[in-house]
Amino acid sequence: MRFMMLVKHAEKCEPPPKEFIDAMAKLSEEAAKAGTILASGGLAPTAVSSRVRLSSGQVTASDGPFTEAKEVVGGFAMFELNSKEEAIEGAMRFMELHKKYWPGWEGETEIRQVLGQEAFTARA
Amino acid sequence: MTATDTHRVIDAVWRIESARIIAGLTRIVRDIGLAEELAQDALVAALEQWPESGVPENPGAWLMATAKHRAIDHWRRNKLVERKHEELGRELEVQQELAVADFDAGLDDEVGDDLLRLVFISCHPILSNEARVALTLRLLGGLTTEEIARAFLVPEPTVAQRIVRAKRTLAEAHVPFEVPRGAELAARLASVLQVLYLIFNEGYSATAGEDWLRPALCEDALRLGRILAELAPEEPEVHGLVALMEIQASRSRARVGPSGEPILLLDQNRADWDQLLVRRGLAALDRAEKLGGARGPYALQAAIASCHARAIVAEDTDWSRIVALYDALARVSPSPIVELNRAVAVAMEFGPAAGLEVVDGLTSEPTLVNYHLLPSVRGNLLAKLGRNDEARAEYERAASLARNARERELLLDRASACGSGSKAPEPR
Repeated sequence: MRFMMLVKHAEKCEPPPKEFIDAMAKLSEEAAKAGTILASGGLAPTAVSSRVRLSSGQVTASDGPFTEAKEVVGGFAMFELNSKEEAIEGAMRFMELHKKYWPGWEGETEIRQVLGQEAFTARA
Repeated sequence: MTATDTHRVIDAVWRIESARIIAGLTRIVRDIGLAEELAQDALVAALEQWPESGVPENPGAWLMATAKHRAIDHWRRNKLVERKHEELGRELEVQQELAVADFDAGLDDEVGDDLLRLVFISCHPILSNEARVALTLRLLGGLTTEEIARAFLVPEPTVAQRIVRAKRTLAEAHVPFEVPRGAELAARLASVLQVLYLIFNEGYSATAGEDWLRPALCEDALRLGRILAELAPEEPEVHGLVALMEIQASRSRARVGPSGEPILLLDQNRADWDQLLVRRGLAALDRAEKLGGARGPYALQAAIASCHARAIVAEDTDWSRIVALYDALARVSPSPIVELNRAVAVAMEFGPAAGLEVVDGLTSEPTLVNYHLLPSVRGNLLAKLGRNDEARAEYERAASLARNARERELLLDRASACGSGSKAPEPR
């Protein structure tokens, strides 16, 4: 089963402490060693991002920042896992890392199964 | 959290941690059978305690510490039994291991080595192929005996027996828990890669049963392959195998039709190919080639797969390159199956008559006598040459040899599509 993890947090926050960056690097390395991570990345600030929206029959493009959003997607990772529980366990560890090494940080990891991978379903 | 929820968490934790725990324990107790037993004991303890106490903050470390305590108990229980000097020494080592308070801090660097040792011992040539596959899935993939049995369509006791016997064989032969070095490494690595590819292939084109694909097995093999690539990053053929599996897996969705029927490579909707896996495959192939492994058998097969992956439509396929790659593969790893695949490529590049000539050289090959793809390929080429009666007979023969139900249906469809008599060959 494939899962997309979306990390959301308030955009106005301090840059991460070095300890956090190091711990993150170690966690990514472990994920690679576990053979479960397919892709991951951090996203540029919304100030340099754009939205294209269809609403009331009008397609409009607007530039960031997305000031109205309380939390924005700051990063993502795609995993191949055996179950949703494995995804939750992984996300828990990821958030524990924030708790430990980035005091004051708040946010969430949204876990979404990627559909269209029905051929690659979990062991029934 | 309900008890059921906790059990599901434990299941997930077990999947994530079991291989590392068994590997670490094997280094301490030097017996994979005992190591697995101790790990299982720890799992049982977790199932008993966690619903009450909650899931510990570092569940992997908890399981490892519990298993180590069981190891000590095990030796204490056996204290009355006469023991060899060597075993007493091991007990001391276990005590020392226990002194390492933090599992993650203490064993970090060694975990990778232990896992690699576990891979090598599970795929040891002293064991039969079936035993290697079962042991690898069980110890490294974290699968239950029942799951392995279901995946390979054999009764559960058969798999359990295979695993028990494999552990006994390894113990009796005193197979060391180590990563082979020097001249032995190449042969041992070849065995590991073969086991992973066997697992992958059983998932990718099931040799028997109702389903054409058993994707969970492909995922298991890929996951193990990716792990191995991190454990042995300097080995080009590991990356070659990973590349091959990633690219083949990228087609999973496209190779099964709405009612479960197989769709062959050239008929697949390439928009359904998983581009993420294709890119990962191409990157792994690149790594294999940069390490000087372009001529390895897995890298060559991956290179062939990459020719298909790079063709946006089937007509764009670079068949001349594929023929050249098959020529190279036939030199480094000659086999009737490679020759049969080469025949298909030759037919695409030089026409069905040229391909048929290669195939006809294989009809007396003893290893292919009961191989359904030989008459299947031959039938295809005969049909293209307008020799319909012969083509139909070949497809029917192929269907009678195919053990997979889905594949058999496809072949019978092809047989009936041949009509009768001979028509003028299609212009090339």
